[in-house]
Amino acid sequence: MNLMRRTVLATAAALALTPAAAFAQDTIKVGEINHYKRMAAFAEPYRKGIELALSEINADGGVLGKDLEFIFRDDQGDPAEAVKIAEELMTRDGAVMFTGSILSNVGLALSSFANEKKYLYLASEPLADTLVWKSGNPYTFRLRVSTWVQAAMLAEEAAKTDAVTYATIAPNYAYGTDAVEAFKANLKMLKPEVEFVAEQWPALFKIDAGAEVQAIERAKPDAIYNVTFGTDLAKFVREGTDRGLFDGRPVYGLLTGEPEYLEPLEDEAPEGWFVTGFPWYGFEDGTPGKTFVDAYEAFTGETPKIGSLVGYMTAQSIAAAIAKAGATDTEALRMAFEGLEVENTPIGTLHYREIDNQSTLGAWTGTTAVVDGKGVMVDWTYNDPAPYTPSDEDIKAMRPAE
Amino acid sequence: MSEILRVENLRKSYDGFLAVNGVSFAVAKGELKALIGPNGAGKSTCFNMLMGQLKPSAGEVYLDGQRITGKRPREIWRRGVGRTFQITGTYQSMSVIENVQMALMSHHKRIFSIAPRAWKLYRDEAFEFLDTVSMADQADRPCSVLAYGDLKRLELAIALCHRPRLLLMDEPTAGMAPSARIELMQLVADIVRDQGVSVLFTEHDMDVVFAHAHHIMVLNRGELIADGSATEVRNNPQVQEVYLGGGTLFKEDANA
Amino acid sequence: MAFFFAQFLTGLANAAALFLVASGLSLIFGVTRIVNFAHGSFYMLGAFIGIVLMDLLPGHVDFWGAILLTGLAVGLIGAVVEMVVLRPIYRAPELFQLVATFGVILVIQDLALMIWGAEDRLGPRAPGLRGVWRIFGEPVPKYDIVLIAITPFILFALWYLIARTRLGVLVRAATQDREMVGALGVNQAWLFTGVFALGSALAGLGGALQLPKGGADLLMDFNIIGAVFVVVVIGGMGSLPGAFIASVLISVLNVFGVTYLPQSTLVLMYVVMAVVLIVRPYGLLGREEVAGEHGQVGAPETPIRPYGPKGMALVAALLTLLALLPAFAEPFVLTLVVDMVVFALFAASLHFILGSGGLVSFGHAAFFGGGAYAAALLVYHTGTPMELAFLFAPLAAGLLALGIGWFCIRLTGVYFAMLTLAFSQLVWSLAFQWRSVTRGDDGLVNIWPADWLNGSVPYYYFALAFGVGGILFLRHVIHAPFGYALRAGRDSPRQAEATGIDVKRVQFVAFALAGAMAGLAGGIFVFSKGSVFPTELEIAKSFDALIVVFLGGVKTLAGGVVGASFMTVVEDWLVRLEYWRLLLGLVIIAVVIVMPEGIVGTLRTLWRRIRHSDEEAV
Repeated sequence: MNLMRRTVLATAAALALTPAAAFAQDTIKVGEINHYKRMAAFAEPYRKGIELALSEINADGGVLGKDLEFIFRDDQGDPAEAVKIAEELMTRDGAVMFTGSILSNVGLALSSFANEKKYLYLASEPLADTLVWKSGNPYTFRLRVSTWVQAAMLAEEAAKTDAVTYATIAPNYAYGTDAVEAFKANLKMLKPEVEFVAEQWPALFKIDAGAEVQAIERAKPDAIYNVTFGTDLAKFVREGTDRGLFDGRPVYGLLTGEPEYLEPLEDEAPEGWFVTGFPWYGFEDGTPGKTFVDAYEAFTGETPKIGSLVGYMTAQSIAAAIAKAGATDTEALRMAFEGLEVENTPIGTLHYREIDNQSTLGAWTGTTAVVDGKGVMVDWTYNDPAPYTPSDEDIKAMRPAE
Repeated sequence: MSEILRVENLRKSYDGFLAVNGVSFAVAKGELKALIGPNGAGKSTCFNMLMGQLKPSAGEVYLDGQRITGKRPREIWRRGVGRTFQITGTYQSMSVIENVQMALMSHHKRIFSIAPRAWKLYRDEAFEFLDTVSMADQADRPCSVLAYGDLKRLELAIALCHRPRLLLMDEPTAGMAPSARIELMQLVADIVRDQGVSVLFTEHDMDVVFAHAHHIMVLNRGELIADGSATEVRNNPQVQEVYLGGGTLFKEDANA
Repeated sequence: MAFFFAQFLTGLANAAALFLVASGLSLIFGVTRIVNFAHGSFYMLGAFIGIVLMDLLPGHVDFWGAILLTGLAVGLIGAVVEMVVLRPIYRAPELFQLVATFGVILVIQDLALMIWGAEDRLGPRAPGLRGVWRIFGEPVPKYDIVLIAITPFILFALWYLIARTRLGVLVRAATQDREMVGALGVNQAWLFTGVFALGSALAGLGGALQLPKGGADLLMDFNIIGAVFVVVVIGGMGSLPGAFIASVLISVLNVFGVTYLPQSTLVLMYVVMAVVLIVRPYGLLGREEVAGEHGQVGAPETPIRPYGPKGMALVAALLTLLALLPAFAEPFVLTLVVDMVVFALFAASLHFILGSGGLVSFGHAAFFGGGAYAAALLVYHTGTPMELAFLFAPLAAGLLALGIGWFCIRLTGVYFAMLTLAFSQLVWSLAFQWRSVTRGDDGLVNIWPADWLNGSVPYYYFALAFGVGGILFLRHVIHAPFGYALRAGRDSPRQAEATGIDVKRVQFVAFALAGAMAGLAGGIFVFSKGSVFPTELEIAKSFDALIVVFLGGVKTLAGGVVGASFMTVVEDWLVRLEYWRLLLGLVIIAVVIVMPEGIVGTLRTLWRRIRHSDEEAV
């Protein structure tokens, strides 16, 4: 079934290559560049979210009277390859703008390329703060909530406890270091007496979980801040639970509550961690979130991931921008994105800030629990990013002058 | 002094096994000298120590009075020693003449030059060397298609490029037809005579040895048991013992 | 002290799976001389198949029975791969098979994605072994203890197999001397298949055994392969006890590294490997590789010649076409050609040392990325004009190559290759972790050309001039005395040394020159993309170049350039398809089997045959 669908997709992609693709001129095309193979587990739900949104948008008559179409391309997770594809999408395939990327480094390469060539790039998933702040530019907008903001939400909760000594564990690359720095800075701001007694940096997806757990245990921290995800998280949780690392210690987990990471853990999911994530199962009937979840399940036969949500809102944002611009040239679209309001998204109305081109998508926080053999978030809330975002002055100081 | 090579008490042991055990001899200038002995007697080990491929465990080697013990092959080459190998070592990916040109480029110190086209360099000179060993007609054939005997002759041409004072030839006629052996050794004898080069060679073919060598040394189990003229060696009882268990027939015994 | 001991136990437990996988690789290399990059894929298959079997099998046999069956299943898959993919190409040039194994990796990756989907799987727990035992008060997972207990049995079983059975005798004989096995009247093909199957089975067992500590995911293959090669090389290629000692050494050091130097996780094992290889060039228990020992298989190389009038005309026509391209081609074609030229120069620089020098480098990306970073750092930090920064790229890469070459050149064969890999990993980790200077994997962005070059057409000509110039320069050097000396040192180092050529020095200079040219390619690259990231220094980048050189034809002069162009075009086209890795893998395997001399080599042979039969007809 799944295989059938993929084969059909592959054939469709193959057909799209032929010169005859010119027949589809009455669509508005958007380039979508992602790591569909290298990070298939994350990119696939994202793609399905986009496809769902497109089916709804086009059923409603599309944008500017034309169907909206995404051209999906795999960049192998390589920034240089992504830049090449972006160029092809814009100069040969007639895309009006491009979007995509999960990895921050690919997002940064695309952002720099967009700024140089005056193309528009909506960074949908990359989390790096620098994308809209230190390395921000007028041609790059970003949908997903940044590392800083999510870490700040966890820090706020952490500051409420009487834990003073902390251990951190994060994958050894830019995202991990950013996430730890953001947590430390925010927590120190709220509670200057905290101390970080151990900082662990396993190589991404190559964690030596037993050793990491022993090293943290040796430091005897009051609380733990976790940034690992994917297979690293699974191994860390297993070793940590077995060895009693989490007994009596509050744990704060960045992204740990996202279904991408929590679901594979099944009944071994950690309990009682305070995390950011996506508790789709808890949405109440009648809310926009629940409407999205139902539509997604009907469309794909699968439960949604956070990527599904981001993909869905990416397509929505782009459709809204094109509708607002009333045209498809880069400058018109760019102006449309400045301060864009996107109605009827799963979180209500979404706004793209003029000051840093960042959307107002927030994050869900809650506590993990195992219910019916599955890891879920309970007692969750949706948090608006505004209170956790640096002041406008600080952002202006960080962003290069436009 | 009229010695070109002097070897004193040369020794090589591998894990306690003495391959060469205290060998001393000399090669005079303009001499064609043979080093013979049964398989495993230590001839190649000896050669490899003279040319620097192996470091001796003990002993000294002097070239024209200068100590060259344990020096690298290319330094020994620089001082005027040419060598051919038991198993030929030619450049398979080059043509015959390019093999010689390569040696000439080294001789003329052009190894690190990146400007000229190598195959045009010293071509005429290379031809002369090939002519010396009667290989000029095969100059442009790929080295990889040569018959074994031709490879041996090519190697000789390569060894001559640096105008050596001493040639070390390890089994120069192995794998050749009998007529070609005589031809090659005649050629070597001519070189010795005409160019004043000294030659030390090892050989299995006793016809070749006794027909051409001015002096003959016999090595057995790492020790030198005879060093003298053909007659002296032939009549040495120890040599006869080694070669035929006391028999006297070693003139007919070509490939013992 | 108790803590110390607990850490030691963690290291030992980690060593178990690593040793299984590494011993398989070591066996395969020892007997078949195949550098099997697909070994990690068998490990991954072991994990996935293990999970499936544990679900299927009933009752008490489910866990341990599934692990044994997994070994069997993966062994069978290995045998099939060996028979279908590798058996036809044993006569190909040395190391050519690694290209085929790379194709196998791609095929298995996509097949696994098709069969098991993208989501990570959590491994089932071993029955009754959840939780910990307390040893001196420290918690030690029960399953760790079981792993530690199992490993000696595996080592003993392997030792018994090798030392006490007929298969073992043959394996040992083949490891020492391949010709001898043929002389013993043994069917070499089946021996190779058997050993490959055994090695794969061990990898599969390793994958299944680690399940209770982790799970199965689609990145496992690449994630373990580095560590496995490090272990095999430190132990000495082909040595089982060596692999065991090295697994323990690396695993235990890693555990202590995590505690006392938490930032070291990326490079520790490569540092250890570099140190071991510098001190012991053939690993702890390995033995010296004698040059040519593995047989100069395949047709001997023919003498090289610069192109005749016809060839020159062809090249001139091609260059004219490239020069006129902007007049009629769309902008994206220009970008693609720039990419192609960059890759071709990069590949040509590797081909220079690999083809003419016989030096197989696994770390050439250090110089490509090194050049790119050198230029980018200058622009980023000092605002140096692009023209100047660009020139700095080959210079810095050349200097880097001098430094790395100084350590590596004294080694030969696979050990040389692995030491270059270790150094390239060190350079990578420097770019990755020295964030204050390199910005880590956020990369250096906004590295665009000077205004007069900024535009697809001007930069196209710029790239063409330097790229093609670099390639022609390397070609010229190959035809010059220096290139000849390099080949002489490869063909017969003994003869070369005996005629006054300092082989190591020639190789050293060639290595630096190749590094500089790779750096030039990196310089062109960075200004065409506007950014550089540590990905340009990754092992994968080195292997891209290696693969196209082999695909193009090692024993030809145009191999690198043709292979790179071929791959750029094929890949650009294939990646648009859903299962492009599967297709690319199959293309690579097909090329390898159909064209064992590489694309250029096989075309040349074909051309000669046609011409020859023409002459006969006349």
